[in-house]
Amino acid sequence: MQPAPLKHHKVTTMATETLSFIFLNAVLANNFVLALFLGLCPFLGVSGKINTALPMGLATLFVMLVSSVCAFLINEVLVAFEIEFLRLIAYIAVIASAVQLVEMTLKKFSPALFRSLGIFLPLITTNCAILGLALFQTFKEYSFLQSLVYALGAGVGFILAILLMAGLREKLELSTMPSITQGAAVSLMLGGLLSLSFMGFAGLGG
Amino acid sequence: MAKKQDNTITWDTFSEGLWRENPVFVMLLGMCPVLAVTNSAINALAMGIATLFVLLASGTLISLLRNSIPKQVRIATYIVIIATFVTIVDYTIQAISLDLYNALGAFIQLIVANCMILGRAEAYSSRNPPLKSIVNATGMGLGFTLALLCLGVVREILGAGSLFGIDLFGPRFEPWVVMVLPAGGFLVLGAWLLLFEWLKQRKSETELNPASES
Repeated sequence: MQPAPLKHHKVTTMATETLSFIFLNAVLANNFVLALFLGLCPFLGVSGKINTALPMGLATLFVMLVSSVCAFLINEVLVAFEIEFLRLIAYIAVIASAVQLVEMTLKKFSPALFRSLGIFLPLITTNCAILGLALFQTFKEYSFLQSLVYALGAGVGFILAILLMAGLREKLELSTMPSITQGAAVSLMLGGLLSLSFMGFAGLGG
Repeated sequence: MAKKQDNTITWDTFSEGLWRENPVFVMLLGMCPVLAVTNSAINALAMGIATLFVLLASGTLISLLRNSIPKQVRIATYIVIIATFVTIVDYTIQAISLDLYNALGAFIQLIVANCMILGRAEAYSSRNPPLKSIVNATGMGLGFTLALLCLGVVREILGAGSLFGIDLFGPRFEPWVVMVLPAGGFLVLGAWLLLFEWLKQRKSETELNPASES
């Protein structure tokens, strides 16, 4: 059995989805966190308070946009030289550099925020939502503009999910819970309910 | 993380990943594949084995190179090493079974971004000799596979009425579709965590000296 070659013919097989469809699809119907299970570590780890969840979301959105643009250009180069097997390594290197950039910027302009995000800032590198975005846009053969809108949608979807979660968990702090739900279990249950409600958006954006 | 500096390999080196520091149930690392590909037991097993291989191979290499990697660029080096092995796994699975490859989708490549692997590289392999890293990585990888199977089995039995593709209940079983949907993943993992927390609390209540274990 011959594995299907992952060739990417430029222009000829370009995806035909409209920009508004791509955006709505990434934000709601196929929300990266709640439907595709990408970026769960920060989703569960930094969603304790809205004050840290929002900057985390914005940082992720920024890294997504930067790495989406870079990934698109790199893929063009890789396809031109027919060295697609290096794609994964090239993408992850780009993402790591983009995260480093955000980290340095934040450290210079907002040291307090930098400290409150802590370990989760460098961990954006291993946020699979970002690598996932770069890979999906390649698989779907999006054009440059489509990729950019897809990245924007994915980032906004991530912010939406993490803000909803943070809001719920802030409310939860004030209520009395059984002792066994201390820890991550109840966050996962909340995630399940959020995910169920987001299924209502399926088919939206046509 | 245990601050053991001696190089003796004990049973504990192996078993801590299986249970006491299970990457999924205790440390909540590598959640994305845990929830995404566990809608059937066979997918869960394949993902577990793929992750085990990457963890083992990268752990060994990083442990061998631990004294020659400069501190400043260590994370980048680890990531590139991990990405190399993931590329190998990706092409291997594609060659062995295209069906499985399509079922797991992008999540094979996303093993790169599994924070458990980078976390183990940074916290364990970079500080311990190769043999000890291998033993520990095997334990961690098996613990991860075990956790994936725990979820995959429950979700497949409830969501499709089968186990490893074998029909269990006959045609009259009405599958719980929600279990194979994304929401089911969150709910099943949440339920497992609740169960473990309940067991832990019951244990510490029945034991007179609960602190003796650690």
